[in-house]
Amino acid sequence: LAHGAGGKATHSLIDAVFLDAFRNPLLEPLGDGAHIGETAFTTDSFVVTPLFFPGGDIGDLAVNGTVNDLAMCGARPRHLSAAFILEEGFPVAHLRRITASMAAAAQAAGVQIVTGDTKVVERGKADGCYIITSGVGTLDRPARLSAAAARPGDAVIVSGPIGEHGITIMLARGELDIEADLTSDTAPLADLAAGLLDACDDGQVRCLRDATRGGVATVLNEIAEASKVAIIVNEDIIPVRPDVRGACELLGIDPLYVACEGRMVAVVARECAETALAALHEHPLGRDAAIVGQVNDDPPGLVLLKTTFGGTRIVDLLVGDPLPRIC
Amino acid sequence: MSGLVRRDVRVEGVVQGVGFRPFVYSLATRLGLAGRVGNDAGGVFVEIEGPRAGVDAFLLALERDAPPLAVIERVTVSAGEPSGASAFSIVGSDGSGPRRALVSPDTATCDDCLAELADPADRRFAYPFINCTNCGPRFTIVRDVPYDRPNTTMAGFAMCAACAAEYHDPADRRFHAQPICCPDCGPRLRLAGPDGTVLPGDPVLPGDPVQETAALLRAGAVVAVKGLGGYHLAVMAADEAAVSALRARKHREDRPFAVMVPGLAEAAQLCDVDAAAAALLTDRARPIVLLPRRDGTPVASSVAPSVAPGDRSLGVMLPYTPLHHLLLAAVSAPIVLTSGNVSDEPIAYDDADAFGRLSGVADAFLTHDRPIHVRVDDSVVCSPALSPGGRELVVRRARGLVPQPVRLSRPAARPILACGAELKNTFCLVKGRHAIMSHHIGDLENYETMRSFVTGVDHFTRLFDVRPELVAHDLHPEYLSTKHALEMLGVDLIGVQHHHAHIASCLADNDEEGPVIGVAFDGLGYGTDGTLWGGEFLLADLVSFERLGHLAPVPMPGGTAAIRQPWRMAAVYLDVAYDAAPPPGLEVARRNSPRWANVVGLARAGVNSPATSSAGRLFDAVSALLGVRDTITYEGQAAVELEQRADPGERGAYPAAFSDGRPFQVVAAGLVLAAAEDLRAGAAPAVIAARFHNGLADVVAEGCERLRQSTGVSSVALSGGVFQNRLLLGRAVERLTARGFRVLTHRRVPAGDGGISLGQAAVAAATDRG
Ligand SMILES: [Fe+3]
Ligand SMILES: [Mg+2]
Ligand SMILES: [Zn+2]
Ligand SMILES: [Zn+2]
Repeated sequence: LAHGAGGKATHSLIDAVFLDAFRNPLLEPLGDGAHIGETAFTTDSFVVTPLFFPGGDIGDLAVNGTVNDLAMCGARPRHLSAAFILEEGFPVAHLRRITASMAAAAQAAGVQIVTGDTKVVERGKADGCYIITSGVGTLDRPARLSAAAARPGDAVIVSGPIGEHGITIMLARGELDIEADLTSDTAPLADLAAGLLDACDDGQVRCLRDATRGGVATVLNEIAEASKVAIIVNEDIIPVRPDVRGACELLGIDPLYVACEGRMVAVVARECAETALAALHEHPLGRDAAIVGQVNDDPPGLVLLKTTFGGTRIVDLLVGDPLPRIC
Repeated sequence: MSGLVRRDVRVEGVVQGVGFRPFVYSLATRLGLAGRVGNDAGGVFVEIEGPRAGVDAFLLALERDAPPLAVIERVTVSAGEPSGASAFSIVGSDGSGPRRALVSPDTATCDDCLAELADPADRRFAYPFINCTNCGPRFTIVRDVPYDRPNTTMAGFAMCAACAAEYHDPADRRFHAQPICCPDCGPRLRLAGPDGTVLPGDPVLPGDPVQETAALLRAGAVVAVKGLGGYHLAVMAADEAAVSALRARKHREDRPFAVMVPGLAEAAQLCDVDAAAAALLTDRARPIVLLPRRDGTPVASSVAPSVAPGDRSLGVMLPYTPLHHLLLAAVSAPIVLTSGNVSDEPIAYDDADAFGRLSGVADAFLTHDRPIHVRVDDSVVCSPALSPGGRELVVRRARGLVPQPVRLSRPAARPILACGAELKNTFCLVKGRHAIMSHHIGDLENYETMRSFVTGVDHFTRLFDVRPELVAHDLHPEYLSTKHALEMLGVDLIGVQHHHAHIASCLADNDEEGPVIGVAFDGLGYGTDGTLWGGEFLLADLVSFERLGHLAPVPMPGGTAAIRQPWRMAAVYLDVAYDAAPPPGLEVARRNSPRWANVVGLARAGVNSPATSSAGRLFDAVSALLGVRDTITYEGQAAVELEQRADPGERGAYPAAFSDGRPFQVVAAGLVLAAAEDLRAGAAPAVIAARFHNGLADVVAEGCERLRQSTGVSSVALSGGVFQNRLLLGRAVERLTARGFRVLTHRRVPAGDGGISLGQAAVAAATDRG
């Protein structure tokens, strides 16, 4: 049950079941997508409640999600497939709305949806509408991005304010009567990523990751673990919108663990950090990008947060849903 | 020759570095016996031979007359063939063989050393590092066993001829005193600015660093002082401006500071010091002792208000190193002596690190060149006068008490490591019947603290030669101590439920095995059903437990946020108590009005609102309801302040209903309802706070009564952090005793999460025995 939160439980599920069954050299890096020759290939499934929320819906989420996974491989997204699992009785009007936003998102991202599939399951066997998208992109650059490529001294960049998508979704469920001027951050990151890669020399951009499920904290843990390095981030520098901070405070949630759908983490060589940041700032999606921390050699595999008062807190991968630990 | 016998004797326990060999030497020579004595990694070995009567007298006196710091755990005697030796000698240490010797805790300067310290004719007059076999640094300077100078942080100081002569003279008080030193050969004091620059009073400049430090303190400065287990921050306790400045620089808003006073007389001017309190203050462990304050007397002005705001007790300690004695004599007034750290960081103990971290806090550093090997905080003990039944309560077990083992009632089959809890972490090693608890490590979420945990486990396993085969851990999947255990390779693991560990800790502390009715009240711990427990009635022994009752669960809106903001628990409890329609006009709702409704909504919707049966959260609710504490800056603050606020003379009690069933549930919202109604009727918060405490004590007694009827067990163990509340503990013990229960409470080990590791260890040992 805890296997969906994007934390350690998800990781152990992936390791124990999927990697074990499908083991092959292309799968093993467990990146956002696979490299097959000059092609990047990825797939993602989308399950979200509610289906429509401020700033987007499951449709543009499904397009942007796969576009972003390709972009994080350093690829230019080209073609997408889309499969739908619909619950019997799902309103056609809703489906139209979803497909319309998919089309718009595809156009904005410069990709074509070229194939698809639809299944209808009995009422109660699904929650409205699920979407699975797959995508291929072309690897136009020699860039070989990898979570295992971070090196001591590298800078850690976050492309914009974090947590907007996750908090928007929580509030959009309507269980809470909370006023917040928030919209999802769902957006295609391919242009932003391309601009960053173009600005830096080959190999200077070590790793790109979109901070989806489990948020920035989870992405940083994956990089720290894969690269066997420490990542030190600064609490005061991590961009968080006041509305998000306020909602997080009320909900008792750490924004570092909240999902984004249009934000990425970039690890870049120290010497190109300023260039990279400037490139990000030029793009509307990267206006608030910030260097939030750096890579150290010790302690390997750990993410540490420098707090406002100069303390150093361990930002761990969560095993399941966050539960208080204080006695 | 006939009539001669020989005995080979092995002595185990704390027998190294405590003057045991000179004691044996003088005993043997006095009795005219021959043979030899030496340290090895197993303890002390003695070969003794001579006439039977003399050897028998020797063996009798060996245990009876042992030196003050020795703790003899086992003496094994076997007969041997007399070798014909004619003299008795002391042999050097042997680093080989299994390491079983126990390292002794750090010990306060003894009277003999104090006399020399004050004697202008003595060569160690006013020397801040004077020590002898009966006193001085031990655990904090030991790097390895056997306990010999090269294995301590004194290794870098070569003894001068005079010290060497004392060291090698079996008749001398400093015979084999490993940290022996003097002004000619030992560590030196240094007074430095935050940037490391030498200040007047450094040995290279005229003046005395201690006197210069005293002058700085009197002028209102914050001075970092290197102690035994780390750096302290010192200010004059009477100087309100300096104390406030220290609070601001440390980012420590409310938590009380402890003070060090020159002597017992000065302690008695500030607090009520009865014989038991005096014994604790002068104990060679020299803990911080929580004492009832004597407010309203003129001398109370020697402690500024912001030292311990709103607290009826004060943490007081006496000097425990020669440096402290010199410093306190120089200032001749109470000083605040608080841990050298900022915010929640662990205490600084490494010199470079201390200068780095404390440079923005301290105006000067009184430091020296004897390294500290292990970071150890001051121990904290609650005076019997403040606790029920006239018994002391250990609140924090650290300097002076560690690594003294707790003896288990039965030996463990295999070596055990118990990883402890997340907050106030300690860990515990078990080897045979020894449960060796670590010092207070701290809150593991802090990276520095987590590192102390990892290196501490490493250090202890080496020091005590324990290679754990069985590793015990909490069930909370996010505890870093749990994760550490789960990542260990080649060991068997045993998960121990948090509150079972609390009760087992209390059993082990009392050398019992149960079964017992365990009442475990605390902030929270992970339950076997995946919810957060904390107001539990268990039937437990060391192997297993059954949850037979608990407080009715309520949501914690915002999870951890509900812990940091007790007013959220007030919102929840009032919502439950008044069936979703609390009366308007409650101050707590008004004070938190912008978010009150949202938080109630959060709880009702169950969004990030885990259910908990925690007694600690109930305290939070009442504390906020009464306007004592809406948000906290340290763990347990709302409950601590509620206890301080309660009128001890009030005997009224609020009622709480019990649901039937197994487990039964206590409708604790009834207590909140009664408190809110009293508040609305204009009752004083002090009275309401007392009635709440008394009502909860009734709940404890009533719950135990129900369980006695259904189980036939009439012994009760009280554990968990909530039972560090002296008022509640006193009232509960009073009621239970009146009903004929036998009541076990903690003595040597904290009732809070600092005691969890011992409970885990006891459960693991008992389970492993099968
Ligand atoms: Fe606890
Ligand atoms: Mg994805
Ligand atoms: Zn001494
Ligand atoms: Zn000397």
